[in-house]
Amino acid sequence: MRFVDEFRDPDVIARTSDEIRRLADPGRHYRLMEVCGGHTHAIYRFGLKDVLPENIELIHGPGCPVCVLPMGRIDDGLALARQPLVTFTAFGDMMRVPGAHGSPLEHKAKGLDVRIVYSPTDALKLARANPDRHVMFFAIGFETTAPSTALTLMRAKAEGVENFSVFCKHVTKIPAIRAILDSPDMRLDGFIGPGHVSTVIGCRPYEWIARDEKKPIVVSGFEPLDLLQSIVMLLRQLKEGRSVVENQYKRVVPWEGNRAALVAMAEVFDLRPYFEWRGLGFISQSALQLREGYARWDAERVFSVAGVRVTDPKAAQCGEVLKGVLKPHQCKLFGKECTPEHPVGALMVSSEGSCAAYYNYEHRKAAAPAKVLTPA
Amino acid sequence: MCLAIPGKIIELVPDMPHLGVVEVTGVRRKVDLGLLADEPPEVGDWVLIHVGFAMSKISESEAADQMRTLAILGEDAAAMEEVRGYGLEGKEQP
Repeated sequence: MRFVDEFRDPDVIARTSDEIRRLADPGRHYRLMEVCGGHTHAIYRFGLKDVLPENIELIHGPGCPVCVLPMGRIDDGLALARQPLVTFTAFGDMMRVPGAHGSPLEHKAKGLDVRIVYSPTDALKLARANPDRHVMFFAIGFETTAPSTALTLMRAKAEGVENFSVFCKHVTKIPAIRAILDSPDMRLDGFIGPGHVSTVIGCRPYEWIARDEKKPIVVSGFEPLDLLQSIVMLLRQLKEGRSVVENQYKRVVPWEGNRAALVAMAEVFDLRPYFEWRGLGFISQSALQLREGYARWDAERVFSVAGVRVTDPKAAQCGEVLKGVLKPHQCKLFGKECTPEHPVGALMVSSEGSCAAYYNYEHRKAAAPAKVLTPA
Repeated sequence: MCLAIPGKIIELVPDMPHLGVVEVTGVRRKVDLGLLADEPPEVGDWVLIHVGFAMSKISESEAADQMRTLAILGEDAAAMEEVRGYGLEGKEQP
C-alpha cells in the first residue's frame, strides 16, 4: 500500500480507513465525485485511492476553472490582447493554456503586452499607473475568485478608472453539478462538496442535491483525514438510506457562507442565460456576466468579441475526462502527445486539472516509486 | 487558485480601511479585507487569502494546517510566489 507519510495522525487515518471498509457494502460499487480541483489534486497527491477499498471509486468532476473553459474563450481573450494599446492581464494559471493560435505566454513572446497578475486589484493598479493603456483583466474561477473580481470592479467604478475592463469568464459551481446529474451516462452515489467555494456560497445551495436528487453531499477540507472523514460521512448516509448536506469542514466553512462576498457578487454580476463548458456543453445560467451598471468596465461591451467556437484537438478527449467518463490515462493522447511540458488540453496545464495530477502522481510514480507507508 | 493561502493580519492601513498588511511565512503584503465586512478584521486575526483578498477568518492552528497542506501538495512555492506577487512585484512593500 502506497500512501505518503508526511501526515499527522497516521493512527487516525488508519482507523478512518478501517471505518470506510466497515461501512462499504462489498456487494456494491460506489462512485463518489469531487467537484473541486483542489480536492482532485489532493486525492492524487495523497494516494487516497490506495487506502480505499476497490469498490469505492472517486470520480473527478469539473473542478478546475481553467480546464472547463472552451478553447474559444482563450482565443477571444487573446483577440482583445491584439487590440491597440491593450494590456492583457490574467492569473498565472492561464498563461500556458493553449488557444487555437497559442497560449497567452506564446502571445507575450510574440511581443503582445501580456502580464501575470496575482490579484484583480493588481490589474486595476496597473490601469491607474498606465493611463495611456487599456488594462483588461481576464477573470476566471468559481465563487472563490468571483467576489474578488466583483469588489475590484466596485472600486474601479467608485474611483472612475476608465482604462480598465474585465473579460468575465467566471463560472458557478451549482449548475455544473446539475448538468452532471442530468447527464445520462453518469451514475453517481454522492458528492464530496467543494471546500473553499463553500466558504463563499455556504452549504445551502447544495440542499437540492440531497433533497431532490437524493444524493448525499459532504463539504470537505483538503487534508487526507478530511477527505477520508468525508467519505465516511457519505458512506454512513448511503448505508442509512439518507441524503443530506453535511459539513465536514466546519472549522472553515460557515453554513451561510460569506455574506459580504455574496453581496458584492450580486451587485456586480448577473447570470448569463447560458455558457459553454468544455466537456459538458452549454449549461443554462452557469456563468457570470457584468450587470448593466458595470457595462463601462465590461470588456465584451468595450470591445467586440467574436465568440469563436473552436473544437478541441481531434484526438484529445478532455470532455470525457472532465465528465469523469474516462480516466485521464484512457485518453489517446495522455502521456504521449499531451504532457505537462507540452499540454494539448487545459487539464494537463493546471495542477488542479485531473490529467496533470494523474500524470504527476500516478504516471511518474510508475517510473520512480514514492516513499511507502502502511498506515495500519 | 482553488486553494487558499493562510496569513496573519499585522497592520490595518489607517487611511485605506479596506486594506491590511498580512504576513505569510515572513512575507508581508497588502491584502484586501473588503470581503470580511461581516466580521470586521483586527490585527492578530488569521485569514485565508484568495487572489489578494482575505475571504474568511480562521484559527491559528487551522492556518498552520492549511500551510502544511499547501506544502504537502507541493503548492507552497506557488503560494509564496503569489503572495510576493501581490502589489505587482512588491513595489509598495519590501
